[in-house]
Amino acid sequence: MDQTATATVLLEARNIRQAYHKDSNADLLVLDGVNMTLKNGEIVGLLGRSGCGKSTLLRIVSGLLLPTAGEVLWHGKPITGPAAGIAMVFQSFALFPWLTVEENVALGLEAQGVARAKRDELIEAALDLIGLGGYASAYPKELSGGMRQRVGLARALVVHPDLLVMDEPFSALDVLTAETLRTDLIDLWSDGKLPVKSILMVTHNIEEAVLMCDRILVIASTPGRVANELRVPFPHPRNRLDPAFRQLVDDIYAVMTRRAPTPTPATTVVPAVDTSFATPLHPVGTNLLAGLLETLAGPPYDGRADLPPLAATLQMEADELLPLGETLHLFNFAVLEEGDLRLTESGSKFVHADTEGRKSLFAAALKAHVPLVAAIRRTLDERWNHRAAAVRFRDELEDHMSPDYAEDTLRTAIAWGRYAELFSYDEEAQQFSLEDVEETTPTI
Amino acid sequence: MSHTTFPALATARRLPNVWDVVSILCVFAFIAAIAHVTPQTLKPLTGPEAMVVDLAPSHLPAYALRTTLRMFAALAASLLFTFTYATWAAKSRRARLVLVPLLDILQSVPILGFLTFTTVFFMSLFPGRVAGLELAAVFAIFTSQAWNMAFSLYQSLTTIPADLDEATRSFRLTGWQRFWRLEVPFAMPGLVWNMMLSMSGGWFFVVASEAITLGDNNWKLPGIGSYVSVALDQRDIGAVFWAILAMLVVILLYDQLLFRPLVAWSAKFRVELTASAVAEDPWVLKVLRRTHVLRVAGGAIGDFIGGIGSMRLALPRWRAPAAPRPPSRIADGLYLVIVAIVVAAAVWKIVTYVAGNNVGLADVEVAFGYGCITFLRVVVLIALASLIWVPIGVWLGLRPAWAQGVQVLAQFLAAFPANLLFPIFVVVIVRYHLTPDIWLTPLMILGTQWYILFNVIAGASAFPGDLQEAAKNFRVGGLLWWRKVILPGIFPYFVTGAITASGGSWNAAIVAEVASWGNDKLVAHGLGAYIAAATDKGDMPRVVLGVVVMSMFVLIFNRAFWRPLFAYATRRLTL
Repeated sequence: MDQTATATVLLEARNIRQAYHKDSNADLLVLDGVNMTLKNGEIVGLLGRSGCGKSTLLRIVSGLLLPTAGEVLWHGKPITGPAAGIAMVFQSFALFPWLTVEENVALGLEAQGVARAKRDELIEAALDLIGLGGYASAYPKELSGGMRQRVGLARALVVHPDLLVMDEPFSALDVLTAETLRTDLIDLWSDGKLPVKSILMVTHNIEEAVLMCDRILVIASTPGRVANELRVPFPHPRNRLDPAFRQLVDDIYAVMTRRAPTPTPATTVVPAVDTSFATPLHPVGTNLLAGLLETLAGPPYDGRADLPPLAATLQMEADELLPLGETLHLFNFAVLEEGDLRLTESGSKFVHADTEGRKSLFAAALKAHVPLVAAIRRTLDERWNHRAAAVRFRDELEDHMSPDYAEDTLRTAIAWGRYAELFSYDEEAQQFSLEDVEETTPTI
Repeated sequence: MSHTTFPALATARRLPNVWDVVSILCVFAFIAAIAHVTPQTLKPLTGPEAMVVDLAPSHLPAYALRTTLRMFAALAASLLFTFTYATWAAKSRRARLVLVPLLDILQSVPILGFLTFTTVFFMSLFPGRVAGLELAAVFAIFTSQAWNMAFSLYQSLTTIPADLDEATRSFRLTGWQRFWRLEVPFAMPGLVWNMMLSMSGGWFFVVASEAITLGDNNWKLPGIGSYVSVALDQRDIGAVFWAILAMLVVILLYDQLLFRPLVAWSAKFRVELTASAVAEDPWVLKVLRRTHVLRVAGGAIGDFIGGIGSMRLALPRWRAPAAPRPPSRIADGLYLVIVAIVVAAAVWKIVTYVAGNNVGLADVEVAFGYGCITFLRVVVLIALASLIWVPIGVWLGLRPAWAQGVQVLAQFLAAFPANLLFPIFVVVIVRYHLTPDIWLTPLMILGTQWYILFNVIAGASAFPGDLQEAAKNFRVGGLLWWRKVILPGIFPYFVTGAITASGGSWNAAIVAEVASWGNDKLVAHGLGAYIAAATDKGDMPRVVLGVVVMSMFVLIFNRAFWRPLFAYATRRLTL
């Protein structure tokens, strides 16, 4: 597919902006100033962390969602609703449980009003193509996850769409099943058997993107925007163990660990940590953090790890590992830079401390580097009854982020603060207090 | 209420049919026995109108309070019944064989039909005193509340997660501790939800049970129901509106003060470790939880109750045997013999009662004919209500901003005793000389149609977002969308609502097919009117016949139509 540079443009998104409306404050931006084009004959991947807006972008592009501003041109005409010729494959499969495999696949054709005979012919062809012959009369409930996603693929392909959009199509499957489906799909694509002109897929799996896509758009978060565009020059079928493949994966890790609010991506490589009150916190558990620090301190890493092999060893995806690394970076227990994670001095002190020692190191790090936790503790110290309602912190957070993020952030702060014995929290009363903690921690 | 717990009635169970027959015979024998006792007790009672109901609106708060107190007395009785009956059924294999189908039959019996003879029965316990009448009213409400609560507890007790059960046993909790520490908390969300449904249903019966006419006797128990019945006799439409207003206030109060907090509180007993999206606490619960004094007081009460629960009470024989022994065949045989004797006695009772009261085959035919008419009414009404409320419910359910509010409103409307609204219809029918056979019919579904609406709303708002997107992406629209996408999606919810609505409609028939306004009396043809007429005449055998025939209709309708439909819906259409 090397002729993409000259190929015709299928779809073009211009200055897409998606805002989450909030009454009291300025709108919260989900996507801002996103531009992208899709040409005939290419597979394009939208790669980004969870919550970066890539799925939102996919829905805007396919016409399921109308953007707050900007426009999407499909075959040169603006999209105003679900577009004909764009078929979607869902992460959760989205099969209708009350329809058989055959009826599920038939749905799109029925909506188009395709005649019965023609319909049956198309369905049979699609089922055979995707390896579902013999399953026509089964209900989705009876199928395994991999087979269900094959139905999802057949349902999308049977309408012969110009563009196939896939929203993390393999992330709900186990590793082996996902790999089989990926290679099957790429084989069909390479042989020109897929009745589509182009594929757009969303993923948070870096290797998957490098394995399948011709072009990768790295989406950065808050607000979501295209941070980087990479071309994947390898022909299909690709070999994951090829050094060039590994290098590209490594490079993408580096791009993704580069904290983004830097206007010119080339200038700085040290992630700048935003320390304002309303930084969203990654909901990661203290046990995970401690476990990662221990792994990092022990052999074979001895304090420094390259992220891709670390992710492979821990059986984690970039999406899971990066928040951990960033949190350690925030606490100054480790430094995250250019795709590497390096243990700091305080990190190594944490590893060698006992339970109580770890708690006090953690408490110190929280007070120094997590303004939200520090603010909660300060408020409690100032109050005569040492109590404070959670709602005031939640409201303050919601001024700066969506309610879901605010909830996650607050929960994370609660979990961390409890672990560090900086405060206790009564879930039923939704109230912070200093009960049970005063004697164990010195006052600030 | 974003989730729907299916009412206990709807859940399909496979049972040996022999036990159903046993239960049917026992229930009907019991009814016959009570009816047999009652005529003798009629005579010594002193004159009617012993209790005066004043139509001045200023008396209404007091009447409303008495009505509400009856409700809660019945709820307490229902809880007591639930905790004993359902526990017994769940713990004893032999008891279960009889108790579970018995419960199933009991909830099919139209309560209003035997209101009259339970009233007389209770009055005979306390001759000439109000207490008898009060007890009768409470009993009527009890019979409308207890069955589904007991079913709910029974189902929870039989589906305790194995790991939790093993945990309590490995810590050697006694049976008593296990019951209060594991079984009751586990059953709590379902029980609270069914209590709410029961309360809603109960209002209908409290209103009906406060003014009883049997033969020449006319009793009025001060309360909202008797207030309305006096207002009807005196053709005072203003008083009717006052009563409706009072009822609205009462329902709003108990809903806000009791059930919203109770439902929110019971959510903590759900067996899920993930902190799912939590709904905002209702204001009463907030007050309770955040007011220090109330917290301390509540904590003290909680500790006391907790203390009772943690007492190491145990009957030695309740302890699990070291090795499971095969059930004793001799004991089983003995048990079956006892059941057989009871059944024989029941058959004998029914035969002698029917034979001794000149109820012939002709009467059965008449009752059956009327039953068919009422059956037709119920079917038509459910179909009409579905045609109206399903599209509206879907439309509302897919709009989250609307769904929440409307669902609460529909639940509220379902709780409102529709019989208070009957007079307004009757006035219109009398004024315009409409045919009672047609125009009295809608009254049957006035109160129960809301179950269809709020279940459909619940179903539509629970419809998965990805399926909606898939339908949109493949541009499925119009009839195809209704047929293949949304209707199958909401069907289990719809059936749940329709089962409740249909059961309620049968019961309502007894009061809806006959209506009066002063001296104008409207009568439609139907089994409900048949029972009501027999009651008026004090003709006990025909009341029993009517109730039995109606029970059979309800039972067969449920078994032959709703059960299979619900089983199909859960098997094929759930995610």
